[in-house]
Amino acid sequence: MPDLKELYDAVVRGDAKTTQAITQQALAEGIDPLKLVNECMIPAMDEVGRRFECNEYFVPELLISARAMKGALELVRPILTARGDEPLGRVAIGTVKGDLHDIGKNLVASLLEGGGFEVIDLGVNVPPEKFIATITEKQANIVAMSALLTTTMPAMKTIIEGLKQAGVRDKVKVLIGGAPITQQYADEIGADGYSENAVGAVALAKKALAAG
Amino acid sequence: MHPLIQQLLAQGPVITDGAWGTELQARGLSLGEFPDAWNLTHPERVAEVARAYVEAGSQIILTNTFGANRIRLGDHAAAGNVPEINRRGVEISRAAAAGRARVFASIGPTGKLLMSGDVTRDALRDAFAEQASALAEAGADGLVVETMSDLDEAVLAIEAARQTGLPVVACMVFDSGKDKDRTMMGTTPEQAAKTLTQAGAEVIGANCGQGIAGFVALARRLRAATGCPLWLKPNAGLPIMVDGRAQYNAAPEEFAGYVPQLVELGAAFVGGCCGTRPDFVTAIRRQLNR
Repeated sequence: MPDLKELYDAVVRGDAKTTQAITQQALAEGIDPLKLVNECMIPAMDEVGRRFECNEYFVPELLISARAMKGALELVRPILTARGDEPLGRVAIGTVKGDLHDIGKNLVASLLEGGGFEVIDLGVNVPPEKFIATITEKQANIVAMSALLTTTMPAMKTIIEGLKQAGVRDKVKVLIGGAPITQQYADEIGADGYSENAVGAVALAKKALAAG
Repeated sequence: MHPLIQQLLAQGPVITDGAWGTELQARGLSLGEFPDAWNLTHPERVAEVARAYVEAGSQIILTNTFGANRIRLGDHAAAGNVPEINRRGVEISRAAAAGRARVFASIGPTGKLLMSGDVTRDALRDAFAEQASALAEAGADGLVVETMSDLDEAVLAIEAARQTGLPVVACMVFDSGKDKDRTMMGTTPEQAAKTLTQAGAEVIGANCGQGIAGFVALARRLRAATGCPLWLKPNAGLPIMVDGRAQYNAAPEEFAGYVPQLVELGAAFVGGCCGTRPDFVTAIRRQLNR
């Protein structure tokens, strides 16, 4: 039986090789993949998030832990999919039209993946129609939008209007983030949530879906 | 020290300029439009911003070339015009300065992270080299590597900029951590000062990320960690959104009130970043009794 504490530690320190090796071993020995994810990897990513919140970790540490997590998930996911386990939620994520910044968006995407969500990354400069199409075609139930510029953030409002017009606003939770975004802005444009940083986005996505 | 930097510093602290993006918006740059492309499409409006800073008393003005590198532009239609956008940017600022101010050309980050594998070191090096040589050929007096979050990227930009033989300024954004004393990548002012100095920047410092009050502590820590002159360009506070537009709340006088303290701490070049305007430059000039 592989040491699951060691798996937890490997994710926390961002050791992709060890993370993958232990995961492989655990799966070979018949440990429930969902148990690995829920009892080991997700708590490890929570710990990474906690360290980020208290300024022990910064973006580089988040990135390497998320990468380690991703490597393990690539082993686990096919098994979960084969037996019909649904992801926590499906997120259509993108940087809004006119904005080419993707560092924050990519970070949120990898942390959401690490947190058990399926992530459909629409890239940068994403027009409203593309978000809407993803909701209907891929059954996304979360739309996550990013903007770095005060000049591009109004596009978020346009997208929410577009979702309403397309009649899909009540099918999804809309989450927003980016340097100039505030809770006040989220309230103003009728988004379902805002996170100040990438780590908070995972908890926010869970909370939004739980709210129904 | 580069003779030009020596010459500028001989007359005491040097007043630089304020924000360009917000000024261009005030002149009709629409939401999401690529500001640097205006060097080709609306040169007269870019020139207005440059002239406004010269008239307000800026001794150094920058250029509208912050994002004009191949990687940031990506598939954007303007990408084919990278050298031209940079050349025009310098020409516009030089014409506006008309000998009354020096032109230091702006080189911003590419927006891609080296460590996430989205871009290679070679690609960064090539992009910065292309931009720096276009800026130098057009007659810039100096180059400013600014708004950097990643020290590795900053160093590559400095190395490319130094190839031109022009004096190089390098500054980072400290906007992370509970005291806002780290870059997004976790770099401290001490680490930044040491590495930027070693990489051969003539002048180092901080810009953007937070209002001027937070720059007091940053200046003190940068000062203690390097012998280079300091370059500081704080924001006009934090933006608040009004009717879908960002508004910055610091008043010019309030902002300028901090400048003597920054100078006392060793700031050699002082100006502003996001939300600051020509009237901020005027207020700084008054504070320094010029």
